[in-house]
Amino acid sequence: MSTAIDLKAATRTFLAQTEGHLATYLEGCVHCGACADACHFYAASGDPRHTPAYKLFPIAKAYRNHKFPFGWFGFARPIGERDLREWEELLFDTCTMCGRCTMICPMGIDIASIVGGARRAFVAAGLGPADLLAAADNSRDHGSPLGVTADKLRDRIAWIADDNEVTIPLDEPKADVLLTLSSVETMKYPKSVAAMAKLLNHAGVSWTLSTKGYEATNFGYLAGKGVIAKTMVERIVAAAESVGAKTVVIPECGHAYGVLRWSAAAMLGRPLPFQVLHISEFLAHLKRDGKLRLTPFEEPITYHDPCQVSRRGGATADAREVLRDFARDLREMTPTGDENWCCGGGGGVQAIGRAAPLRYQVFKLKMEQVERTGAKTMVSACSNCRLTMDESKAHWQWQGGIDSLVEIVADHLVEESPKAQ
Amino acid sequence: MDLLDFARGPALTAALSVFVFGVAWRLLSLFLLPWARDPSPRRADARPAWVGAVRGFARHLWPRKPFARASMLTTVNGYVMHLGLAIVFFGLAQHILFLRGLFGIAWPNLPSGLISGVAVVTLGSLALALARRLTHPVLRLISTFNDYFTWLVTFLPIATGLLAVSHLGAPYPTLLAVHLLSVSLLLIWFPFGKLMHAFLVFVTRSETGIAYNRRGVVL
Repeated sequence: MSTAIDLKAATRTFLAQTEGHLATYLEGCVHCGACADACHFYAASGDPRHTPAYKLFPIAKAYRNHKFPFGWFGFARPIGERDLREWEELLFDTCTMCGRCTMICPMGIDIASIVGGARRAFVAAGLGPADLLAAADNSRDHGSPLGVTADKLRDRIAWIADDNEVTIPLDEPKADVLLTLSSVETMKYPKSVAAMAKLLNHAGVSWTLSTKGYEATNFGYLAGKGVIAKTMVERIVAAAESVGAKTVVIPECGHAYGVLRWSAAAMLGRPLPFQVLHISEFLAHLKRDGKLRLTPFEEPITYHDPCQVSRRGGATADAREVLRDFARDLREMTPTGDENWCCGGGGGVQAIGRAAPLRYQVFKLKMEQVERTGAKTMVSACSNCRLTMDESKAHWQWQGGIDSLVEIVADHLVEESPKAQ
Repeated sequence: MDLLDFARGPALTAALSVFVFGVAWRLLSLFLLPWARDPSPRRADARPAWVGAVRGFARHLWPRKPFARASMLTTVNGYVMHLGLAIVFFGLAQHILFLRGLFGIAWPNLPSGLISGVAVVTLGSLALALARRLTHPVLRLISTFNDYFTWLVTFLPIATGLLAVSHLGAPYPTLLAVHLLSVSLLLIWFPFGKLMHAFLVFVTRSETGIAYNRRGVVL
């Protein structure tokens, strides 16, 4: 069954994004194909359609058709229904916007920066995976992609606090730090929420959660729905302003960090009234200030870099700073850091059900990387990576351990608070 | 007016005009576009933007270690081809004479035997690039008319130039005329196809370097 596709809306949305960066990137591609070798989807499938440069063909076509003299003299055709139908899967299911292709591109083209915008055109045309779009709509209508409303958050937080014997401030009138949550943590990894609370309490931070703005993930951005993306940002801004927070901490979620730290100000058209820190950055700050007192973690572990925190976020060193001296046997993967392989579920791909088989294939790269280190456990600072990898682990019945940075750190806190000394 | 007069007279003049105005138009049309500014705060320890631009350019001169194996053929062959083109274009005595006529400056030439050798290697490199484009599933899929035609207009001047200096296949004036016409074809196509990457590579690498640098990504 096929639904009507609004080609004009797609073309309009493609062209509305025409500015210098996009235009030079689209005109600069020499079709060398190098990007395929950096893409985990191509590496996993061997399907040439998964070549990153190929994924940009529809937006490049719309651009060429519009630009003098190519389109004007009939050298470049306009985009057609076939372009959009065929590329929908490529743009949504097979790109996590991880940016690894940028590193290999001899022209230095930042393909990931184009994909988000290209998705908007598909959505404007009436396309896009239903489950990813529903996650965005849920965020707008119910506060989070998994339907965590403010009331549900209150219940959930009360339960997590009670179950883990930890104080979790919610809707405090004033706080220096506003903590946000990924609903993946709230619903699937509640221990992570408790762990962050323990860490912030331990360090004596003035902090709170807020029912005005608590969802860190931004499925509006990932699903190509710009209005919802902005709404999600505005909620966090309103929450931070209402408690007077100078810092907003993003939990273990790579894309949440990427969107709020690097894209939100552009969405709002003004700078954010607070600094944005990923929890790994915040923990590194606390450690530098001597506010984290930890007992050593002796087991061999390895660290999986969330792409939006490391490769595209510039915070590659922070998680390692937290782990240094604490994780006595940290074994880096090959490749690691900014060059690490993606989990396969970022950029909203985790929310696309039909992409699961491909994600499982991608996880083989990670299993091999981890096994080569000999580490028993892989730790990440992204609950979305963790969920993607946990599902793939179950699929392959893999024996490796997958854990979270905040959880292992919280489990090794020295009970006595430094403030009490 | 015989063929050679036409080739080195009106044909070359017209081609050079298209090249100069075309490249200028193409670059201006990009630089005159609005460029989105990033209002997010730079990472505190980010280096100045120009450092990001330079590092962004330098970083992509050679593949990083994880990509070295997969990219080695493309990278090495790319360097052989580009350096070969540069050596032939700037090193041959006749080219230097031509360029002196245009710009009034000259430099010592390389031995013509060496240039011929380099030209043969460059042609081999181009042949390898084409073979790869025709056989590799990824390259076959993403290749368009632009890729193949650009390959042709790059191949022809070297092939015809080599024939001309070797006096092979036809009288020298005819070979020279054909060579000059093939150069004209390259010049005319330059602004419209992917040969523009010769200029755009400085733009795209630098802008990505600037963007990643402000985020604090170590380039």
